[in-house]
Amino acid sequence: MVSIARDPASEPRPEAVHAGPPPVIPDFDIVPRVGLALAGVIIVALIVVVATGGLWPLEFMHVVFGAGWTVIDLFLGFIIGPILGSLSIPARIEFTVRFMPKMVVLMPAIVTATLVAGWQLSTHLGTNLTSYPQHGWVVASMVVVGVMAIIALGLLEPANIGVLIELKKPRPNPQVIERLMKRFIYSAGITGLMQVATFVIMTKLASS
Amino acid sequence: MDDRKYPPVTQVGMASLALIVAAGIYLSANLPEHVSLGPAEILLALSAVMMAGNLLSITRVKGFAWERFFAVARWSLLAYVVIAGMIEFVFIHNHVRGGTLVVLTLSLIVFAIHVPTLIGFTVARYSQAA
Repeated sequence: MVSIARDPASEPRPEAVHAGPPPVIPDFDIVPRVGLALAGVIIVALIVVVATGGLWPLEFMHVVFGAGWTVIDLFLGFIIGPILGSLSIPARIEFTVRFMPKMVVLMPAIVTATLVAGWQLSTHLGTNLTSYPQHGWVVASMVVVGVMAIIALGLLEPANIGVLIELKKPRPNPQVIERLMKRFIYSAGITGLMQVATFVIMTKLASS
Repeated sequence: MDDRKYPPVTQVGMASLALIVAAGIYLSANLPEHVSLGPAEILLALSAVMMAGNLLSITRVKGFAWERFFAVARWSLLAYVVIAGMIEFVFIHNHVRGGTLVVLTLSLIVFAIHVPTLIGFTVARYSQAA
Protein backbone atom coordinates (compact mmCIF):
# COMPACT_ATOMS: atom_id res chain seq x y z
CA MET A 1 0.00 0.00 0.00
CA VAL A 2 1.73 3.13 1.06
CA SER A 3 4.98 1.42 1.15
CA ILE A 4 7.13 4.31 1.14
CA ALA A 5 9.15 1.40 -0.02
CA ARG A 6 11.67 2.30 -2.55
CA ASP A 7 15.25 1.17 -2.74
CA PRO A 8 16.37 1.61 0.88
CA ALA A 9 19.89 2.41 -0.21
CA SER A 10 18.80 5.34 -2.32
CA GLU A 11 16.25 6.58 0.21
CA PRO A 12 17.52 9.25 2.58
CA ARG A 13 17.28 8.19 6.21
CA PRO A 14 14.47 10.03 8.03
CA GLU A 15 16.87 11.41 10.60
CA ALA A 16 19.03 12.71 7.81
CA VAL A 17 16.06 14.35 6.18
CA HIS A 18 15.05 15.89 9.46
CA ALA A 19 18.55 17.17 10.04
CA GLY A 20 18.86 18.78 6.59
CA PRO A 21 17.20 21.92 5.32
CA PRO A 22 13.45 21.86 5.85
CA PRO A 23 11.43 20.83 2.78
CA VAL A 24 9.58 23.59 0.97
CA ILE A 25 5.94 23.36 1.98
CA PRO A 26 3.36 25.37 0.06
CA ASP A 27 1.08 27.50 2.19
CA PHE A 28 -2.27 25.85 2.87
CA ASP A 29 -5.33 26.04 5.10
CA ILE A 30 -5.87 23.02 7.34
CA VAL A 31 -9.61 23.59 7.00
CA PRO A 32 -10.32 25.14 3.59
CA ARG A 33 -13.18 27.65 3.63
CA VAL A 34 -14.64 26.35 0.37
CA GLY A 35 -14.73 22.82 1.76
CA LEU A 36 -16.35 24.09 4.93
CA ALA A 37 -19.04 25.83 2.87
CA LEU A 38 -19.62 22.65 0.84
CA ALA A 39 -19.92 20.58 4.01
CA GLY A 40 -22.42 23.15 5.32
CA VAL A 41 -24.47 22.83 2.14
CA ILE A 42 -24.47 19.02 2.48
CA ILE A 43 -25.65 19.19 6.11
CA VAL A 44 -28.40 21.73 5.33
CA ALA A 45 -29.55 19.64 2.35
CA LEU A 46 -29.62 16.59 4.59
CA ILE A 47 -31.79 18.35 7.19
CA VAL A 48 -34.22 19.46 4.46
CA VAL A 49 -34.37 15.98 2.93
CA VAL A 50 -34.98 14.31 6.30
CA ALA A 51 -37.60 16.88 7.31
CA THR A 52 -39.53 16.57 4.04
CA GLY A 53 -39.08 12.79 3.90
CA GLY A 54 -39.50 12.32 0.16
CA LEU A 55 -38.42 8.92 -1.15
CA TRP A 56 -36.48 10.19 -4.18
CA PRO A 57 -34.38 12.81 -2.29
CA LEU A 58 -33.54 10.25 0.40
CA GLU A 59 -32.57 7.68 -2.20
CA PHE A 60 -30.56 10.33 -4.07
CA MET A 61 -28.64 11.43 -0.98
CA HIS A 62 -27.95 7.88 0.13
CA VAL A 63 -26.82 6.59 -3.26
CA VAL A 64 -24.79 9.66 -4.31
CA PHE A 65 -22.94 10.12 -1.03
CA GLY A 66 -22.62 6.38 -0.44
CA ALA A 67 -21.06 6.00 -3.89
CA GLY A 68 -18.75 8.94 -3.13
CA TRP A 69 -17.64 7.40 0.16
CA THR A 70 -17.03 3.99 -1.46
CA VAL A 71 -15.12 5.36 -4.43
CA ILE A 72 -12.94 7.63 -2.30
CA ASP A 73 -12.02 4.78 0.08
CA LEU A 74 -11.23 2.32 -2.72
CA PHE A 75 -9.37 4.86 -4.83
CA LEU A 76 -7.39 6.17 -1.88
CA GLY A 77 -6.51 2.78 -0.46
CA PHE A 78 -5.63 0.97 -3.66
CA ILE A 79 -4.67 3.59 -6.27
CA ILE A 80 -3.48 6.79 -4.59
CA GLY A 81 -1.77 5.05 -1.68
CA PRO A 82 0.72 3.00 -3.72
CA ILE A 83 1.38 5.93 -6.07
CA LEU A 84 2.00 8.25 -3.13
CA GLY A 85 4.50 5.80 -1.69
CA SER A 86 6.57 5.90 -4.87
CA LEU A 87 6.76 9.71 -5.10
CA SER A 88 9.68 11.81 -3.98
CA ILE A 89 9.31 13.50 -0.59
CA PRO A 90 8.69 17.01 -2.05
CA ALA A 91 6.04 15.55 -4.38
CA ARG A 92 4.40 13.72 -1.49
CA ILE A 93 4.31 16.93 0.53
CA GLU A 94 2.89 18.88 -2.40
CA PHE A 95 0.16 16.30 -2.91
CA THR A 96 -0.59 16.01 0.80
CA VAL A 97 -1.09 19.74 1.41
CA ARG A 98 -3.51 19.93 -1.50
CA PHE A 99 -5.37 16.71 -0.88
CA MET A 100 -5.63 16.20 2.88
CA PRO A 101 -7.38 19.49 3.79
CA LYS A 102 -10.21 18.57 1.41
CA MET A 103 -10.58 15.22 3.13
CA VAL A 104 -10.74 16.82 6.59
CA VAL A 105 -14.03 18.57 5.91
CA LEU A 106 -15.62 16.56 3.14
CA MET A 107 -15.33 13.02 4.49
CA PRO A 108 -17.23 13.56 7.76
CA ALA A 109 -19.99 15.35 5.81
CA ILE A 110 -20.16 12.62 3.15
CA VAL A 111 -20.24 9.84 5.74
CA THR A 112 -22.89 11.60 7.84
CA ALA A 113 -25.06 12.21 4.76
CA THR A 114 -24.75 8.57 3.65
CA LEU A 115 -25.65 7.13 7.04
CA VAL A 116 -28.45 9.53 7.95
CA ALA A 117 -30.09 9.33 4.51
CA GLY A 118 -29.64 5.54 4.55
CA TRP A 119 -31.32 5.20 7.92
CA GLN A 120 -34.21 7.45 6.89
CA LEU A 121 -34.59 5.56 3.62
CA SER A 122 -34.67 2.32 5.54
CA THR A 123 -37.30 3.75 7.89
CA HIS A 124 -39.32 4.98 4.90
CA LEU A 125 -39.22 1.56 3.21
CA GLY A 126 -39.61 -0.43 6.43
CA THR A 127 -36.44 -2.39 5.75
CA ASN A 128 -35.09 -1.70 9.25
CA LEU A 129 -37.99 -3.55 10.87
CA THR A 130 -37.62 -7.11 12.11
CA SER A 131 -40.59 -8.08 9.90
CA TYR A 132 -38.57 -7.33 6.74
CA PRO A 133 -37.59 -10.68 5.16
CA GLN A 134 -33.97 -9.62 4.55
CA HIS A 135 -33.58 -8.05 7.99
CA GLY A 136 -30.40 -10.03 8.69
CA TRP A 137 -28.71 -8.38 5.72
CA VAL A 138 -29.75 -4.93 6.97
CA VAL A 139 -28.25 -5.66 10.39
CA ALA A 140 -25.11 -6.93 8.66
CA SER A 141 -24.84 -3.61 6.84
CA MET A 142 -25.13 -1.78 10.19
CA VAL A 143 -22.26 -3.87 11.56
CA VAL A 144 -20.06 -3.23 8.50
CA VAL A 145 -20.79 0.50 8.60
CA GLY A 146 -20.21 0.55 12.35
CA VAL A 147 -16.74 -1.00 11.96
CA MET A 148 -15.90 1.41 9.12
CA ALA A 149 -17.03 4.36 11.24
CA ILE A 150 -14.86 3.27 14.19
CA ILE A 151 -11.80 2.98 11.92
CA ALA A 152 -12.54 6.31 10.26
CA LEU A 153 -13.14 8.16 13.53
CA GLY A 154 -10.44 6.51 15.61
CA LEU A 155 -7.60 6.22 13.09
CA LEU A 156 -8.24 7.96 9.82
CA GLU A 157 -9.50 11.39 10.85
CA PRO A 158 -6.94 11.92 13.67
CA ALA A 159 -4.12 10.91 11.29
CA ASN A 160 -5.42 13.26 8.61
CA ILE A 161 -5.44 16.25 10.95
CA GLY A 162 -2.16 15.17 12.57
CA VAL A 163 -0.35 15.22 9.21
CA LEU A 164 -1.66 18.69 8.39
CA ILE A 165 -0.73 20.14 11.78
CA GLU A 166 2.76 18.63 11.46
CA LEU A 167 3.17 20.15 8.00
CA LYS A 168 2.22 23.56 9.40
CA LYS A 169 5.15 23.49 11.81
CA PRO A 170 8.25 25.53 10.88
CA ARG A 171 10.28 22.31 10.86
CA PRO A 172 8.02 19.31 10.24
CA ASN A 173 9.28 15.90 11.28
CA PRO A 174 9.23 13.56 8.25
CA GLN A 175 9.03 10.51 10.51
CA VAL A 176 5.81 11.77 12.09
CA ILE A 177 4.35 12.58 8.69
CA GLU A 178 5.32 9.19 7.31
CA ARG A 179 3.89 7.33 10.29
CA LEU A 180 0.59 9.22 10.18
CA MET A 181 0.31 9.00 6.39
CA LYS A 182 0.83 5.24 6.56
CA ARG A 183 -1.89 5.04 9.19
CA PHE A 184 -4.17 7.15 7.02
CA ILE A 185 -3.66 5.15 3.84
CA TYR A 186 -3.81 1.72 5.53
CA SER A 187 -7.03 2.73 7.31
CA ALA A 188 -8.49 3.90 4.01
CA GLY A 189 -7.46 0.58 2.46
CA ILE A 190 -9.18 -1.41 5.21
CA THR A 191 -12.37 0.63 4.92
CA GLY A 192 -12.07 0.22 1.13
CA LEU A 193 -12.05 -3.56 1.59
CA MET A 194 -15.06 -3.29 3.87
CA GLN A 195 -16.82 -1.25 1.20
CA VAL A 196 -16.72 -4.42 -0.91
CA ALA A 197 -18.84 -6.07 1.80
CA THR A 198 -21.22 -3.11 1.54
CA PHE A 199 -21.48 -3.73 -2.22
CA VAL A 200 -22.45 -7.34 -1.56
CA ILE A 201 -25.09 -6.41 1.02
CA MET A 202 -26.58 -3.47 -0.88
CA THR A 203 -26.85 -5.35 -4.19
CA LYS A 204 -28.45 -8.27 -2.32
CA LEU A 205 -31.01 -5.93 -0.72
CA ALA A 206 -31.70 -4.09 -3.98
CA SER A 207 -32.37 -7.35 -5.82
CA SER A 208 -34.63 -8.92 -3.18
CA MET B 1 10.46 11.47 17.16
CA ASP B 2 9.22 11.57 20.75
CA ASP B 3 10.13 8.26 22.40
CA ARG B 4 8.01 8.78 25.50
CA LYS B 5 5.58 6.01 26.39
CA TYR B 6 2.00 7.14 25.94
CA PRO B 7 -1.08 5.42 27.30
CA PRO B 8 -3.08 3.47 24.67
CA VAL B 9 -5.52 6.36 24.14
CA THR B 10 -6.34 5.52 20.52
CA GLN B 11 -6.97 1.84 21.22
CA VAL B 12 -9.14 2.57 24.27
CA GLY B 13 -10.97 5.28 22.33
CA MET B 14 -11.76 2.90 19.49
CA ALA B 15 -12.96 0.26 21.94
CA SER B 16 -15.18 2.87 23.61
CA LEU B 17 -16.63 3.89 20.24
CA ALA B 18 -17.19 0.22 19.38
CA LEU B 19 -19.27 -0.21 22.54
CA ILE B 20 -21.64 2.65 21.73
CA VAL B 21 -21.89 1.50 18.11
CA ALA B 22 -22.81 -1.97 19.41
CA ALA B 23 -25.45 -0.41 21.69
CA GLY B 24 -26.91 1.52 18.75
CA ILE B 25 -27.00 -1.59 16.56
CA TYR B 26 -28.62 -3.60 19.35
CA LEU B 27 -31.41 -1.03 19.70
CA SER B 28 -31.96 -0.44 15.98
CA ALA B 29 -31.78 -4.12 15.01
CA ASN B 30 -34.83 -4.90 17.11
CA LEU B 31 -37.25 -2.29 15.78
CA PRO B 32 -40.20 -2.01 16.20
CA GLU B 33 -40.15 -4.33 19.22
CA HIS B 34 -39.40 -2.79 22.59
CA VAL B 35 -36.32 -4.57 23.80
CA SER B 36 -34.72 -4.32 27.20
CA LEU B 37 -32.52 -1.24 27.48
CA GLY B 38 -30.26 -3.08 29.91
CA PRO B 39 -27.60 -4.32 27.45
CA ALA B 40 -27.46 -0.91 25.74
CA GLU B 41 -27.13 0.83 29.13
CA ILE B 42 -24.30 -1.50 30.15
CA LEU B 43 -22.46 -0.90 26.86
CA LEU B 44 -22.94 2.86 27.20
CA ALA B 45 -21.74 2.85 30.82
CA LEU B 46 -18.62 0.86 29.87
CA SER B 47 -17.98 3.23 26.98
CA ALA B 48 -18.30 6.27 29.26
CA VAL B 49 -15.97 4.70 31.83
CA MET B 50 -13.39 4.05 29.11
CA MET B 51 -13.69 7.66 27.96
CA ALA B 52 -13.19 8.93 31.51
CA GLY B 53 -10.20 6.59 31.87
CA ASN B 54 -8.77 7.88 28.64
CA LEU B 55 -9.09 11.52 29.71
CA LEU B 56 -7.55 10.68 33.07
CA SER B 57 -4.64 8.83 31.46
CA ILE B 58 -3.90 11.85 29.25
CA THR B 59 -3.77 14.15 32.28
CA ARG B 60 -1.05 11.92 33.72
CA VAL B 61 1.29 12.27 30.73
CA LYS B 62 4.20 14.43 31.81
CA GLY B 63 4.95 17.39 29.55
CA PHE B 64 1.85 16.81 27.42
CA ALA B 65 1.24 19.58 24.84
CA TRP B 66 -2.08 20.74 26.28
CA GLU B 67 -2.09 23.97 24.32
CA ARG B 68 -1.93 22.05 21.04
CA PHE B 69 -4.43 19.49 22.33
CA PHE B 70 -7.07 22.12 23.12
CA ALA B 71 -6.35 24.13 19.97
CA VAL B 72 -7.27 21.11 17.87
CA ALA B 73 -9.83 19.41 20.11
CA ARG B 74 -12.07 22.47 20.52
CA TRP B 75 -12.61 22.88 16.76
CA SER B 76 -13.06 19.16 16.34
CA LEU B 77 -15.56 19.27 19.19
CA LEU B 78 -17.54 21.92 17.33
CA ALA B 79 -17.59 19.78 14.18
CA TYR B 80 -18.63 16.61 15.99
CA VAL B 81 -21.28 18.42 18.04
CA VAL B 82 -22.81 19.50 14.70
CA ILE B 83 -22.72 15.89 13.45
CA ALA B 84 -24.14 14.56 16.72
CA GLY B 85 -26.83 17.25 16.61
CA MET B 86 -27.75 16.12 13.11
CA ILE B 87 -28.15 12.53 14.28
CA GLU B 88 -30.12 13.64 17.35
CA PHE B 89 -32.44 15.59 15.04
CA VAL B 90 -33.11 12.36 13.14
CA PHE B 91 -33.93 10.48 16.34
CA ILE B 92 -36.40 13.16 17.43
CA HIS B 93 -37.84 13.44 13.92
CA ASN B 94 -38.44 9.66 14.02
CA HIS B 95 -40.32 9.98 17.33
CA VAL B 96 -37.74 8.14 19.41
CA ARG B 97 -38.77 8.78 23.01
CA GLY B 98 -38.15 7.78 26.62
CA GLY B 99 -35.29 5.61 27.76
CA THR B 100 -34.18 4.79 24.23
CA LEU B 101 -33.75 8.48 23.44
CA VAL B 102 -31.80 8.99 26.67
CA VAL B 103 -29.42 6.10 25.87
CA LEU B 104 -28.93 7.26 22.28
CA THR B 105 -28.40 10.90 23.33
CA LEU B 106 -25.82 9.93 25.96
CA SER B 107 -24.11 7.75 23.34
CA LEU B 108 -23.91 10.76 21.04
CA ILE B 109 -22.41 12.82 23.85
CA VAL B 110 -19.70 10.17 24.37
CA PHE B 111 -19.12 10.15 20.61
CA ALA B 112 -18.93 13.96 20.38
CA ILE B 113 -16.39 14.18 23.21
CA HIS B 114 -14.30 11.10 22.53
CA VAL B 115 -13.58 11.63 18.83
CA PRO B 116 -12.18 15.18 19.36
CA THR B 117 -10.16 13.77 22.27
CA LEU B 118 -8.58 11.21 19.93
CA ILE B 119 -7.86 13.88 17.32
CA GLY B 120 -6.38 16.28 19.88
CA PHE B 121 -4.26 13.52 21.43
CA THR B 122 -2.90 12.34 18.06
CA VAL B 123 -1.77 15.88 17.28
CA ALA B 124 -0.49 16.77 20.76
CA ARG B 125 1.60 13.63 21.22
CA TYR B 126 3.83 14.77 18.37
CA SER B 127 4.08 18.34 19.64
CA GLN B 128 6.28 20.00 22.20
CA ALA B 129 4.65 21.34 25.36
CA ALA B 130 4.71 25.14 25.55
